[in-house]
Amino acid sequence: MPIRTVYEAKIEHMQILDEDGNLDKKLAKGTLTDNQVIHLYEQMRICRELDEVAFKLQRSGRMGTYPQNKGQEANAVGSALAMKKGTDWIVPAYRENAALFMHGLPMHYVLVYWMGDERGSKMPDGVNITPLSVPIGTHMLHATGIAWAHKIRKDKDAAVITYFGDGATSEGDFHGAMNFAATQQVPLVFYCQNNQWAISVPRERQMKSETVAQKALAYGIPTMQVDGNDIFAVYKATKEARARAVKGGGPTFIEGVTYRLGDHTTADDARRYRDPKEVEAWVAKDPLIRTRLYLESVGKWDDKKQKTLEEQAKKITAEVVRTAEEIEAPHASDMFDSMYAELPPQLIKQRETMRTSSIGQNPEQAGLKASPERV
Amino acid sequence: MPLWMHIMPELTLVQAINQALDQEMERDERVVILGEDVGHNGGVFRVTEGLHAKHGGDRVVDTPLDESGIMGTAIGLAIAGMRPVPEIQFEGFLGPAYDQLVNHGGRMRTRTRGAVTVPLTVRVPVGGGIHAPECHSDSPEAIYTHSPGIKVVMPSTPYDAKGLLLASIRDPDPVLFFEPKRVYRSFKEEVPEDDYTVEIGTAKVVSEGDDITVVTWGAPVFQCLNAMDELPEDVSVELIDLRTCWPIDVDTIAESVEKTGRCVIVHEAPLTAGLGAEISSLIQERCFLHLQAPVQRVAGFDTIMPYYKLEMDYLPEAPRIQKGIEECLAY
Ligand SMILES: Cc1ncc(C[n+]2csc(CCOP(=O)(O)OP(=O)(O)O)c2C)c(N)n1
Ligand SMILES: [Mg+2]
Repeated sequence: MPIRTVYEAKIEHMQILDEDGNLDKKLAKGTLTDNQVIHLYEQMRICRELDEVAFKLQRSGRMGTYPQNKGQEANAVGSALAMKKGTDWIVPAYRENAALFMHGLPMHYVLVYWMGDERGSKMPDGVNITPLSVPIGTHMLHATGIAWAHKIRKDKDAAVITYFGDGATSEGDFHGAMNFAATQQVPLVFYCQNNQWAISVPRERQMKSETVAQKALAYGIPTMQVDGNDIFAVYKATKEARARAVKGGGPTFIEGVTYRLGDHTTADDARRYRDPKEVEAWVAKDPLIRTRLYLESVGKWDDKKQKTLEEQAKKITAEVVRTAEEIEAPHASDMFDSMYAELPPQLIKQRETMRTSSIGQNPEQAGLKASPERV
Repeated sequence: MPLWMHIMPELTLVQAINQALDQEMERDERVVILGEDVGHNGGVFRVTEGLHAKHGGDRVVDTPLDESGIMGTAIGLAIAGMRPVPEIQFEGFLGPAYDQLVNHGGRMRTRTRGAVTVPLTVRVPVGGGIHAPECHSDSPEAIYTHSPGIKVVMPSTPYDAKGLLLASIRDPDPVLFFEPKRVYRSFKEEVPEDDYTVEIGTAKVVSEGDDITVVTWGAPVFQCLNAMDELPEDVSVELIDLRTCWPIDVDTIAESVEKTGRCVIVHEAPLTAGLGAEISSLIQERCFLHLQAPVQRVAGFDTIMPYYKLEMDYLPEAPRIQKGIEECLAY
């Protein structure tokens, strides 16, 4: 028997808008209108502002640990525009805030959440977003399940997108999600934000595969790499993935090649493990810079518009901070109220007394006369 | 001996663990450290700081982001005669590693009737009180105490941390070594540079007393001390730091409760089916005729550990412990 090749593969990388703002007109055809580009640029800029504000809130003790999105915004806005707001579900990690805002999450929710309050995950009605996943790389299974439900119910024109990082693809659940999604052919877009780092571990030490995208090949999932800082490429790839999904063509994998410009979180100091020259090189590839260059080149943007946008971003975020900080403090009893649809008696007692101790909760039961003087 | 040789350096819990790891790596070349961000970055709490530079990337390994992988390969390393010390970044992420630890790590020795063993020490930051994100503040020690074949250790002081860690690494069985993060840098104490161990399975009487026994472990040791400060002068409390959750040092507890006749157990983990329930049962078995009051438990509520705005309402802080002690005394 001769040796023959039974499988061959290639991974394509798509870039439509390069870092100098040059557009590949052929590839860009039928993707974003200039008005949409303006819209996405504004979304990215406002999200960037919120990031800066959040950072300062943390540093001044008004907020807990926060992970910045800085540098990765094009992945969020390009893909969010390609998905259908109000119909599609988003199953996020934590570096796609702009996508959540575009799908209806009020901006202050993100701050309320990172201020240590579960009400930041209490999605308003009609907002199909799951709370961010703290255990890394585990939530893509939920996205697969939600998409599976769409398939079982034969929902028309409904799909799901899930976001996760490069590091997340090392978790076993990631592989389970891919395999389930492929074998069930569910309407799902796997969107990996490959920002080159998982805290201090660079992609080359996280995995030996040259691309993240090629991992999908093993599961029989159509896959590609896009320049994740290019809103045109992100939008086009996600749009096509969604079209395949709703036509019953199953899941698609997209690797957005991008970069975490900030620290992992406010609790991290990336200077300990990252070469500043590497960061500098990526600063030049910032999605905001190239999108603005493009808009200027087609005469749709100028310094005046920029100034207005920046003022607007400041105003919006100041308002968002005010809303988040004005929310009344949570009550200790809140930790009980949503534990179950119906609270078991033990929890009702614990909530009433704010005690777990048997004597303190119920002196009579413990054989003690209920007299306050005794305690 | 010149006097200066008796002056011991004061270390935090983080530094004591770091020193134990460093010294054991020097002493025993079979010791390897593996985990997320433990190498170049020295761990997210800096517990392994400097070890990568000193002992090299083959012995202090930044692994892929995969807890099941970390635990499972550590079990393999241990089977092959190494002394792996994996780190799971936070107790909340033991989840993906649970199957490996419980269904393989804890069972290997007895399944093979002693032919294949797993001398493994899993280091895990544990507990609340540092305003961390969700799933970063839990106390799952009872889950693993309830999983046969695994030893569960939780020191609360730098001295005990070093001695218990050395004992754990040298122990022939899997040890889950919980490090209370609230104590990581909260104080320093004298820690000998010498090699010493603290025996696994031995509790410590932190302060002697006659009226009531308080049993706890991990960060609440200090909340209990705070509560004791608030009690009337004439109340004499015997405080026991369990140090090891499993195997439980029932003798030390029983001896104390036989003397005092009263006991309060304090833990951060939820009340129901927590370790307090087990200890309470052991006391009832051993000290029934000595008891003058029901054993009282002051614990976390049977809710999820809330995100940080409410975490201090959840944790058994000094006022709640004080009340618990007073009620038990008044009975
Ligand atoms: C299961 C689990 N293990 C470890 C962690 C701690 N942790 C939080 S973020 C992170 C790195 C994630 O890297 P990646 O998936 O690339 O996402 P990025 O932060 O780069 O966006 C780690 C190890 C966690 N939250 N969950
Ligand atoms: Mg990453």
